[in-house]
Amino acid sequence: MKNTPFTAKHIALGAKMAEFAGYNMPISYSSINDEHATVRNVAGVFDVSHMGEFIISGPNALDLIQRITTNDAAKLTEGKAQYSCFPNEQGGIIDDLIVYCFVPNEKYMLVVNASNIEKDWNWVVKNNTNNATIENISEKTALLAIQGPKATELMQSLTDVELANLKYYTFAVGTFAGVENVIISATGYTGSGGVEIYFEDKGDDAAKIWDAIMETGAPKGLKPIGLGARDTLRLEKGFCLYGNDIDDTTSPIEAGLGWITKFTKDFTAKDIIAGVKEAGAKRKLVGLEMVDKGIPRHGYDIKDAAGNVIGVVTSGTQGPSLGKAIGIAYVAKENAAEGTEVFVAVRDKALKATVVKMPFLN
Amino acid sequence: MNIPANLKYTKEHEWISLDGDIATIGITDFAQKELGDIVFVEVETVGQQLGAQEVFGTVEAVKTVSDLYLPVAGTILELNADLAAEPEAVNSDPYGNGWMVKVKVDSIADVEALLDAEAYQNLIG
Repeated sequence: MKNTPFTAKHIALGAKMAEFAGYNMPISYSSINDEHATVRNVAGVFDVSHMGEFIISGPNALDLIQRITTNDAAKLTEGKAQYSCFPNEQGGIIDDLIVYCFVPNEKYMLVVNASNIEKDWNWVVKNNTNNATIENISEKTALLAIQGPKATELMQSLTDVELANLKYYTFAVGTFAGVENVIISATGYTGSGGVEIYFEDKGDDAAKIWDAIMETGAPKGLKPIGLGARDTLRLEKGFCLYGNDIDDTTSPIEAGLGWITKFTKDFTAKDIIAGVKEAGAKRKLVGLEMVDKGIPRHGYDIKDAAGNVIGVVTSGTQGPSLGKAIGIAYVAKENAAEGTEVFVAVRDKALKATVVKMPFLN
Repeated sequence: MNIPANLKYTKEHEWISLDGDIATIGITDFAQKELGDIVFVEVETVGQQLGAQEVFGTVEAVKTVSDLYLPVAGTILELNADLAAEPEAVNSDPYGNGWMVKVKVDSIADVEALLDAEAYQNLIG
């Protein structure tokens, strides 16, 4: 099992640790509900250094990215980021990712899921037929997410970058806690605002940054947050999780990712995905809110009133900010309209749920 | 980790205390920490006679669900009704207000054969 630059910090803080994507990661420190509320109301810091980062540069960088991703990276200007995905040759999803533009046409960073680093890297290498310069910097890159309504205010004293001016999905490179060349990005996976900071793990920079964040933020209520609350936070906002809600067999169209699929350019399996769009997806990723008492979980069947299986739950939880049980599920298109009554097979019971619009929490 | 010396335990992380032939059963401090924030406890076996190791209910936490196993054979008499309004008592007071069911046990000797606090401590390490 691999460590991140912060693993020793988590253990010293008494976090419940578990293996995730090959890394020894903090699942929770106090409790999921407490950590969740901290991020929604104040701010929290997440170690997400297990994520993968690839640098794509040189004159053919944009061409490579355009061919292997669904969104239109040509639209990116310096300092802008974009949510995208790598489609496979069957029109499924290899991974979802964020593309960062440092220099248009010249230098980009792709940020991918930890569990897919190897698969993604092999895909990039295989498709790099025009010799863009590619580098996998995942192992040496530290990544912290500081998220919550107070995150930018609390972190401002640590950096020369004007955090309040950083618009959603833009970034700047600056000094953070005395460490130079830190990428500060107004992105995140919580829907509560804040920044993500990327920096090279060298010397004692990681410890310096972690300690500075805690010393500055903790007196104002900032806490460290584990992967447990990361999941409940993203679920309330309806953000997809690769491996749960999207995978190699799901089309971006079914998954509601048509908005990051741009048919104005060429990319892997464009024709197949366009075909799904034209014909209409047979199933759709929808939000579920439980009516009966119960919590939907990954893999539970969805049935209609007659007991026919019409779908499957891909993610589910009690939503701590909602005080309600929610889920994300694929259901047949006939059952996907908002307000449709469906039944979740929880053990030996069929519990009533309603198809609702996502995000669950505005 | 809190493991009261006066209780009996199972390797499924339940505790049991006996008053005559009436047992009170809950989950251990270790178990509640592993499960995390409890959302609700579901027991639909009140009135039923169940064997040892049979599932008598489930406990739903925010991120996970776990079956509850009856440590010894007996009849489920009642569910802790206060848990409906305050499921978090299982987290905050697992051996007190967080108790789950009362059971009329078939044999007191079955309870005596369960793990004592020291054996349970060794089990969870």
